[in-house]
Amino acid sequence: MATQQTQVLGRALLTPAVALLFIWMIVPLAMTIYFSTLHYSLLDPGTESFVGLENYRYFLTDPAFLTSLRNTLVLVGSVLAITILLGTPLALLIDQPVIGRSVVRLMVIAPFFVMPTVSALVWKNLLMHPVSGLFAWGATLIGATPIDWFTDAPLLAVILIVSWQWLPFATLILLTALQSQDEEQKEAAEMDGASAFSTFLYLTLPHLARPITVVILIETIFLLSVFAEIFVTTGGGPGLQTTNIAFLIYSQALIQFDVGNASAGGLVAVVIANIVAFFLVRIIGRNLEA
Amino acid sequence: MARKVTSRRVWVSTTAAWFFGFLIFLPILWMFLTGFKTELDAFAMPPVFLFFHWTTENYATVQGRSDYLHHALNSILIAGGSTLIAMLIAVPAAWSMAFAPTKRTKDVLLWMLSTKMMPPVGVLVPIYLIYRDFGMLDTRAGLVMILCLGNLPIVIWMLFTYFKEIPKDILEAARMDGATIGRELIYVLAPMAIPGLASTLLLNFILAWNEAFWTLNLSTSDAAPLTVFIASYSSPEGLFWAKLSAASTLAIAPIIVLGWFTQRQLVRGLTFGAVK
Repeated sequence: MATQQTQVLGRALLTPAVALLFIWMIVPLAMTIYFSTLHYSLLDPGTESFVGLENYRYFLTDPAFLTSLRNTLVLVGSVLAITILLGTPLALLIDQPVIGRSVVRLMVIAPFFVMPTVSALVWKNLLMHPVSGLFAWGATLIGATPIDWFTDAPLLAVILIVSWQWLPFATLILLTALQSQDEEQKEAAEMDGASAFSTFLYLTLPHLARPITVVILIETIFLLSVFAEIFVTTGGGPGLQTTNIAFLIYSQALIQFDVGNASAGGLVAVVIANIVAFFLVRIIGRNLEA
Repeated sequence: MARKVTSRRVWVSTTAAWFFGFLIFLPILWMFLTGFKTELDAFAMPPVFLFFHWTTENYATVQGRSDYLHHALNSILIAGGSTLIAMLIAVPAAWSMAFAPTKRTKDVLLWMLSTKMMPPVGVLVPIYLIYRDFGMLDTRAGLVMILCLGNLPIVIWMLFTYFKEIPKDILEAARMDGATIGRELIYVLAPMAIPGLASTLLLNFILAWNEAFWTLNLSTSDAAPLTVFIASYSSPEGLFWAKLSAASTLAIAPIIVLGWFTQRQLVRGLTFGAVK
């Protein structure tokens, strides 16, 4: 039982962190809400006026919003599917008896530590270049026509780059979970004559259900904010083909200097992220009690 | 009883694991090799893999033409500074929540976590305007501040999960023996907490080093870290792939090495203790 002295001390030690995070969260968020109700353009200073919900109406009915919302959902959904569907078998594979497993682990985890601007530019110029990229060479080897990724399938190109960055994360977490699986349970199942497949289906897969949920939720939080990869490769284009919500708001704020509209968009992004955060916080909170 | 493992199975899984591991690592390896090519070889079709004219000329060009060291120093100062300040704020807070918990501790923790889930783009406009009005755009101090606040929730969470694993009985025993809180911290807590402190420091240094939303939006040249420096290669000017590769190799090599030391902590840090 903590003494009263420790409790007072504890509160004193906790205060700076809570105060800073509170200010960091509340002040800018309040400003965003305030700006979102104004007609406010940096190109036209001094003409700010209250317009109520006009910015929201404009932002939500803007065709660019629907396009970027669709791009965001396709990007997040595809990257989640790719990282889980490839990460699970990869984790199962590395969990097998493998000679030099630690080296394999190092190779698999490495992309996660590459800064986003580097991975995007290396993929764009060294791998996906239609004339001299490694992929184009691979295509000619099998007699196919090289794909001009950033012209013909720009969103797919961004999806592949982001998937490469997040595959290590999914694999590493699933691998960690696999290594905490009860070996004796699996042995017992095998002795009872269970096939490898049914052991996987009835023991391993249920064991992986929670880590997979965690991977989905955490990746979603980060993938909703993908920005640098788009910024350095396509700039949101061609047209709006690779503009996601984060990039749309950035371009309204810092390219078109429309503060009011960008703020309304910012709040829409916060609401979308909060829906995901709600479920994630519940899972983590449950774990905190265990 | 150990499970029976046939040598054939080991051979198959080893080959498959190495094959896929290599495939995932290939872009990094290819970038590393390209950094040592001439621009002509970098563009060659079919690609040259190992038997090309190795040169370190690109590394000299990268420094000479765009002052790589200036940006590397910025990265070190910004990532290091923001991490250290975050640690100074987070250690007392995590200590307090792990060792003197109250009824509200769980709510405070989850609230802190939820601040990390706010998309940065939601506060881009006000932060940009505040920075502009206070002359903090393109300053190291400005970036240190924003990255410190952005990573603070993760730092507190990681430290909290480490501190929670320290057995409380030891602290009680020390207190019974008349140790003051200061002595308790230095002689009892610190030795047990150092591994956790070190990995928190390392992981958050990596996260801050690679951060590419605020650095791209709030800095251009003076304070620009390596993320922004590399982004300047996105506008092509003739043959530049070997130089891009050399610059990229320099920007990621130290962090990949550090990252390899933190793989286990990575799971803990990024899942907030939800997967162990």
